[in-house]
Amino acid sequence: MEMQQFYYDNKIVKKFIYATIVFGVVGMLVGLILAAMFLFPNITDGISWLSFGRLRPLHTNAVIFAFVGNAMFAGTYYSLQRLLKARMFSDFLSNLNFWGWQLIIVAAAVSLPLGYSTSKEYAELEWPIDIAIALIWVAFGVNMIGTILKRRERHLYVAIWFYIATFVTVAVLHIFNSLELPISMTKSYSVYAGVQDALVQWWYGHNAVAFFLTTPFLGLMYYFVPKVANRPVYSYRLSIVHFWSLIFLYIWAGPHHLLYTALPTWAQNLGVVFSVMLIAPSWGGMINGLLTLRGVWDKVREEPVLKFFVVAITGYGMATFEGPMLSLKNVNAIAHFTDWIIAHVHVGALAWNGFMSFGIIYWLIPRMTKTTLYSTKLANFHFWIGTLGIILYALPMYVAGFTQASMWKQFNPDGTLTYGNFLETVTQIMPMYWMRAIGGTLYLVGMLVLVYNIIQTVRAGKTVEDELAEAPELKTISAGRLKGEKYHAWLERKPIQLTVFALIAILIGGVIQIVPTIMVKSNVPTITSVKPYSPLELEGRDLYIREGCVGCHSQMVRPFRSEVERYGPQGKAGEYVYDHPFLWGSKRTGPDLLRVGGKYNDNWHFNHFWNPQSTSAGSIMPGYKWLFDNEAMDVSMTEKKMKAMQTLGVPYSDEEIANGQKDLRAQAMKIEESLKADPDFVKSYDESKKKAAARGDQFVPMNEREIVALIAYIQRLGTDIKVKDNSNN
Amino acid sequence: MFEQIKHNMENIAGIAIFPVLSLVIFFAFFVGLAIWVFGYKKDKIEEMSQIPLND
Repeated sequence: MEMQQFYYDNKIVKKFIYATIVFGVVGMLVGLILAAMFLFPNITDGISWLSFGRLRPLHTNAVIFAFVGNAMFAGTYYSLQRLLKARMFSDFLSNLNFWGWQLIIVAAAVSLPLGYSTSKEYAELEWPIDIAIALIWVAFGVNMIGTILKRRERHLYVAIWFYIATFVTVAVLHIFNSLELPISMTKSYSVYAGVQDALVQWWYGHNAVAFFLTTPFLGLMYYFVPKVANRPVYSYRLSIVHFWSLIFLYIWAGPHHLLYTALPTWAQNLGVVFSVMLIAPSWGGMINGLLTLRGVWDKVREEPVLKFFVVAITGYGMATFEGPMLSLKNVNAIAHFTDWIIAHVHVGALAWNGFMSFGIIYWLIPRMTKTTLYSTKLANFHFWIGTLGIILYALPMYVAGFTQASMWKQFNPDGTLTYGNFLETVTQIMPMYWMRAIGGTLYLVGMLVLVYNIIQTVRAGKTVEDELAEAPELKTISAGRLKGEKYHAWLERKPIQLTVFALIAILIGGVIQIVPTIMVKSNVPTITSVKPYSPLELEGRDLYIREGCVGCHSQMVRPFRSEVERYGPQGKAGEYVYDHPFLWGSKRTGPDLLRVGGKYNDNWHFNHFWNPQSTSAGSIMPGYKWLFDNEAMDVSMTEKKMKAMQTLGVPYSDEEIANGQKDLRAQAMKIEESLKADPDFVKSYDESKKKAAARGDQFVPMNEREIVALIAYIQRLGTDIKVKDNSNN
Repeated sequence: MFEQIKHNMENIAGIAIFPVLSLVIFFAFFVGLAIWVFGYKKDKIEEMSQIPLND
C-alpha cells in the first residue's frame, strides 16, 4: 500500500483556540457585569448601550456562539483531520469559517448593545447577520463534508457523526427560526406570531442547546477523553445508541419551555414525554464518557486535563438529569421564570462547555507548540477555583429560585397573597445574588489564570506549524454494498447517506410538532375583542424589544391561583395573535406585565422609567433615562412597519396605515395631557423647557419623545380582555 | 394526555392513524438501532473504537 504524506492544518486550530480564549474572557466579563447590576442596578445609569436589557443578549450570545462556538470549531478542526487522516478540504473555507465567524461576533457585539435585536432568545441578531451566519455555517459544513469525502480512513468515527448532526440541525433550526420580514437593515418582524412564534422559538432555543452546546461537545468528548486517557471509549456500541437516540429524541423536547402557557396542551405534553425519555441517551453518553477512565483514575490525579473532563462530564450528567426533572409539569410550575433555570443553564455552560473547552485548550496548546504546559500547578489552581466558582454560582441560584417561587405562591388564610408586592420576593433573595456574583468572579479569575498559563506556554514553545502525517490512500470500493457487507457498515462509509438519515431523524420530531400548530386553526382560538396595536403602541412595542425588557419581564400569566391573583386572568392563545414576535419571556426578575395596562397611571410609569427606585423602593430595575432625551422619536418607519404587519396577517386597513402618523400623534398628545395632571411633572417640564431655551437647543415636546410610546404600549398590555377593575391604582 | 390530543385535533381527517404510526415509527427506530448495534462483530467494534488513538 502506498503511503501518502500530508499536513494537518494546525494553524486554523490555533486561531480558533485564541478566539475561544479572548471571547471567553469577554463573555464571562459581561456576565459578571450583569451579575453586578442585580446588586447595583444603576452602575451604568443613563448609558443606553450598557443597560441590562441590552447586555443580557450580548452575554448569552458571546458565551454560546463566541466562546463555546470557537471552542467547538477548534476541537472539531483538530479532531476531524486526525480521525479522517486528511487535511481540511479547503484552506480557504477554513479561513472563511474563522474570519467570517469572528466578523459575525463583532457585528453582534456592536449591534446588540445598540439595541438592534429581534428579542428571540439566542436568536437576537438581526436579519443581515442571520444571513451571514447561514453562509458561514454552510462554509463550515462544505469544508467538513469535503474533508470526509477525501478521507483516508474508511470508517467514520462516532465523533464525526455528532459533528455532522450538529451541522445539519443547526442549519435547519437557524433558517426556520430566523424567517422574518425586514423593515430596514436593522429591523425586522418574525413571520410567526404569538403561540406559533413561541413554539418555533423554543423548538430552536432548546435545540440550540442540544445541537450547538451538546452534540458537538459530545463529539469532542468521544475524541478527546479517549485520547487524553490513552484508551478507547468504554463502549463503542453504546456510543452508536447514544448518537441515534439522542438526536431522534432531542428535537421534540422544545415545548417543555412553554409548560402552562397558551401553547396547546397536546404540544406541551409531547415535549414533556420526550424530555423525560431524553435522560436515557444523555446518561448513556455520560456513563460512556466517565467509564472510559476505568482503570486510569490514577491519571486523573495527576493530569489537570482529565480533571477538567471529569467535572465537565459530571456537569453534563447533572444538567441532563435536571432537564427531564424540570420538564415535569409539577417541577416546572416551581422552577420556570425563576433563578433555578439560571442555575441549570450555568451548570451546563460553566461545567460542561467551559470545563470541556479548558481541558481541550490545556491539552492542545502544549502539543501544538511542542512544549509542556508552563505550569501544571496553575492549571490545577484553575480547576479548583473554577469548580468552586461553579458551586458558588449554582447553589445560591437554586436557593434563590426555590425561595422566590415559594413566596410567589404563598397565600394567607384569608385567601390573599402573603407577598402581594413582587418586590418583597426580590429583596429576599438579594444575598443569593451577592453569592452568585462571587461565584462568577472566581470562575472568571480561573479563566484569567488560563490566559496567563497559555501565554507563558506559547512563549516558551515553538511556533505552531502544520503537522506532517502519513497514511495509506483509501482504495475506492463499490458505492453499493459489498458482498457480505452489513447495511450499517455500508452506511458508515457513506457520509452523504448518513447525513440524510440524521436529517430525517431530526425532522420527524420538528415536523410533527410544528406543522399542526401552524396549520391547524383550532389550536389558536381567536378572541374578537383582541385588536391590533395602535401605531404609537406598535412603536412602543419596538422600544420594549430594543431595550430587552423581555429579559426580565414575562407576558404570560400561567393558570395558577397564585398568578391569577397576582397578575390577572391567565394568558390565552388568542391574545397574542398580533404579536410578531411573541414576548412571553423566560425569566421574571421583575413581575409579569401581561395585564399591567391600566394598573398604574401614566405618571407612575413616567416616574418609574426615569427612576424605578422613586416609585418602588428597593427595586433592582435600572432607569431608562435616554427614553426621555430631548430628541424626537424616529417615526419615519411607522407606516412601513404597519404595512409589514399587514403582510403578515395583522388586519390593519389601508386607511389606518394612511392615517398612521395622525393617529400616533393624537394618542401621544393624549398621554402628554394626562402626564400634566401631575404638578411635579408640569414643574420639571417647564424647567427643562427653560433650560433648553437657555442653551439655545430646540425643545422637543414630550409627546414626540420615546417614553410616551413606551407608556402607550405598557398601558395597552392585556387590556383587550381585561376585566374592568382598576381599583388597585 | 391522549384525550387532550384527540380534543385538539379532532377536526383532522384520519387522525386515528397517527398514534399507530407513531408507535410503528418508534418501535421500528429502536428495534432497528438494536439490530444495527448488536450486528457488529467484536473485532470490528474494537477496530473502530481505536481510531482516535491511531493518529
